[in-house]
Amino acid sequence: MQRRDLLKAAAGAGILAAPRLAGAAGARVLRFVPQANFANLDPVWGTQYVVRNASLLVWDTLYGLDSGLVPRPQMCEGHERSDDGLSWDFRLRAGLRFHDGEPVRARDVVASLNRWMARDAMGQVLKARLDALEAVDDVRFRFRLRAPFPKLLLALAKPMPNLAAIMPERVAATDPFKQIGDYIGSGPMVFRRDEWVPGSRVVFARFDGYVPRSEPSDWLAGGKRMLVDRVEWQIIPDPGTAAAALQNGEIDWWETPIPDLVPLLRQSPGVRVDIADPLGNVGLLRFNHLYPPFNDVRARQAVAMVMNQADEMHAVVGSDDALWRPMPSVFTPGTPLYTEAGGEILKGPRDYTAAKARLAASGYNGEKVVMLVATDLAITKGQSDVTADILTRLGMNVDYVATDWGTVGARRAKQDPPAKGGWNIFHTWLAGLDCALPATNIALRTNGPKAWFGWPSSEEIQGLITRWYDAPDARVEHDVAAALNRAALDFLPYVPTGFFLGYQAWRADLTGIVKAPFPVFWGVGRG
Amino acid sequence: MLGYIVRRVLATIPVMGVVALFVFSLLYLAPGDPAAIIAGDQASPEQIALIRASLGLDRPFLVRFGEWAWRIAHGDLGTSIFTNLPVGHMIAQRIEPTLSLMLLTLVVSLLIAVPLGVLAAARQGSLVDRGVMLFAVLGFSTPVFVIGYVLAYVFALRLDWFPVQGYVPLAGGFWPFLRALILPAATLGGIYIALIARITRASMLEVLSQDYIRTARAKGLGRGAVLFVHALKNAAVPIVTVVGLGVALLIGGAVVTESVFAIPGLGRLTVDAILRRDYPVIQGVVLLFSFAYVVINLLVDLLYTVFDPRIRY
Repeated sequence: MQRRDLLKAAAGAGILAAPRLAGAAGARVLRFVPQANFANLDPVWGTQYVVRNASLLVWDTLYGLDSGLVPRPQMCEGHERSDDGLSWDFRLRAGLRFHDGEPVRARDVVASLNRWMARDAMGQVLKARLDALEAVDDVRFRFRLRAPFPKLLLALAKPMPNLAAIMPERVAATDPFKQIGDYIGSGPMVFRRDEWVPGSRVVFARFDGYVPRSEPSDWLAGGKRMLVDRVEWQIIPDPGTAAAALQNGEIDWWETPIPDLVPLLRQSPGVRVDIADPLGNVGLLRFNHLYPPFNDVRARQAVAMVMNQADEMHAVVGSDDALWRPMPSVFTPGTPLYTEAGGEILKGPRDYTAAKARLAASGYNGEKVVMLVATDLAITKGQSDVTADILTRLGMNVDYVATDWGTVGARRAKQDPPAKGGWNIFHTWLAGLDCALPATNIALRTNGPKAWFGWPSSEEIQGLITRWYDAPDARVEHDVAAALNRAALDFLPYVPTGFFLGYQAWRADLTGIVKAPFPVFWGVGRG
Repeated sequence: MLGYIVRRVLATIPVMGVVALFVFSLLYLAPGDPAAIIAGDQASPEQIALIRASLGLDRPFLVRFGEWAWRIAHGDLGTSIFTNLPVGHMIAQRIEPTLSLMLLTLVVSLLIAVPLGVLAAARQGSLVDRGVMLFAVLGFSTPVFVIGYVLAYVFALRLDWFPVQGYVPLAGGFWPFLRALILPAATLGGIYIALIARITRASMLEVLSQDYIRTARAKGLGRGAVLFVHALKNAAVPIVTVVGLGVALLIGGAVVTESVFAIPGLGRLTVDAILRRDYPVIQGVVLLFSFAYVVINLLVDLLYTVFDPRIRY
């Protein structure tokens, strides 16, 4: 018997347990198991999704993205843009207060955005076009730009890390490369630092001074109405234990049940299971563009020609075909910019003969291909095993370096030659939300030394990303996206290995659970 | 005796110094970069370098070690890179669950294992003896997480006697505290019971073959008095030794048990810190464990004199 089978058996036993309604007596408490350990709470300094998810409870944003990926006013009443697009005036809505009772003022906004722009990639593009960001009075602030920036609202609204969260001016004055020590926000929940046990428990209490918008809630847009008094995050590292705790009514909501346990949870009385995030995740194979063989586009194309996304995705999600789909695209399926233009290299039967000829033309002569494999993450391990097989069948000499994610994270940042501590290939995945837009897909950037690990260099792709930033309307954005997809799947800064979804599970007496790229706590209550 | 204790306590200082140097060097040489983990995927190399500098990770080894050692000498374990909380505070938050788990395990294990070992020795070769030895072999060879899952399946999910996971502080009431710890302690105790039962049996068998035991029986002493007063006290030295050495086993087992039962103890703190390369936390916890181990060995040495008056220091 393997550990995974035992884990299933232990979790499955919960089916036999008498169904009980979850809930702490007397108090409206929501007990939630997040996707990962929670180590800090700074939406600018911390880039992990779990930090972002907690930050969304504590801090509010000026604009919020809705489920159609449209930025909507959140802390702002609205804005006025000058005809030449060089001046944007914003006004804060009434009733905004920080958790210490102080009103939110325009100078808090200015300080917060300055800190955010120093760290966030989209913020840095904005900063490069910025002439001045100034508080006009307590409730109004203004961007004065040197060049138009049509994606300003998107930059302020995007929930992808780093988050443009609004903090008190004194907190926002913290060096952007250092952690804040004061967790005062103006969001619907207050972070209870006194109850925080890192790695075990995080508590948020409802902020009575929060005034939600009047519109219906839609992801980060609309009214954020909290129906519970407390949200308690419990870190349960073992999935079998989390499943059993959910079945036993000891927790209410589990953000990321592993696919192995989902069939058992589905059969369990009192438990509901559904897709968590409709935008899912995108697997990817990243090349190091600095060294042979993948500094030659023909070697990269040879790999893409034999890449089998079905095999890659089965290794990630198992046999549940509802959880994955092919994506001959660098954009997330189901999002407005999705296109398969130029995606032929990832479609149809895999042709090893042609791929071998392409690889030979690149000059590859049996050199070692150093593949970094984080074996502690099932998603990277599964993809890597499949890719190692196809590379071997392609005739490549694969050096499979099995290690942990912490080591991969450090080694992939090294620009040394592969034989001297560097690397050729690694696998990871990005949130589908991140890959919905050229601005937030870090793997798509090809600005050489400033690009993401692998450091690809393509003026064509960079130029197209800039054109998307400048696109005045959706029609132009679609045209640019098609050109970008063609260019990216020809140049191949990376190879998308497929699109995959994940589940969430919760006690049946909970109401208001929505599908989103992050847990939406407002609107969740008990039936 | 007092002089011996003072000498032993003083001897822990160079031992801890060597441990500190070893731990610091090991982490310095280990692959991984907390700055890269903090910076996240979107960071540029320049941003990672800035974070590394802000954490002081770009300074030479000796400078970092010197500063760290100086702080340790002043009782300051430093600040966690990730949580920005003092390491001492994080350890204080986590020490109660781990201590409670280990103490309960130790007490329950001794109460079960020693009588089992005595019984097995007293009835050597019988079914009881073989049953105890079978239990010991199973307990020693079954992975801790398997025992944990099986116990959770039977006693939490099927019978609903105990919670599946979590920890209730002693301040939350004795029964809730005990109820949350029974399954983890039973899980962790399996390997410890097996170890102590085997040693007790072996040690008792040796003592029971001694002349003075035959003499005690010849005097007409009852079976219980012979076994538990005369034999067990003389068999205690190896048992105490194994109990002390077994603390290391408990620490290792606690890491797994705390994960399976979601107990917020030092074991999980250590694992989380290692995965994130949170150097100050790793260094602080390893130092603490090392110190505890040194102290326990000292206590074991002192206990020898209680069980065997011939031993003098």
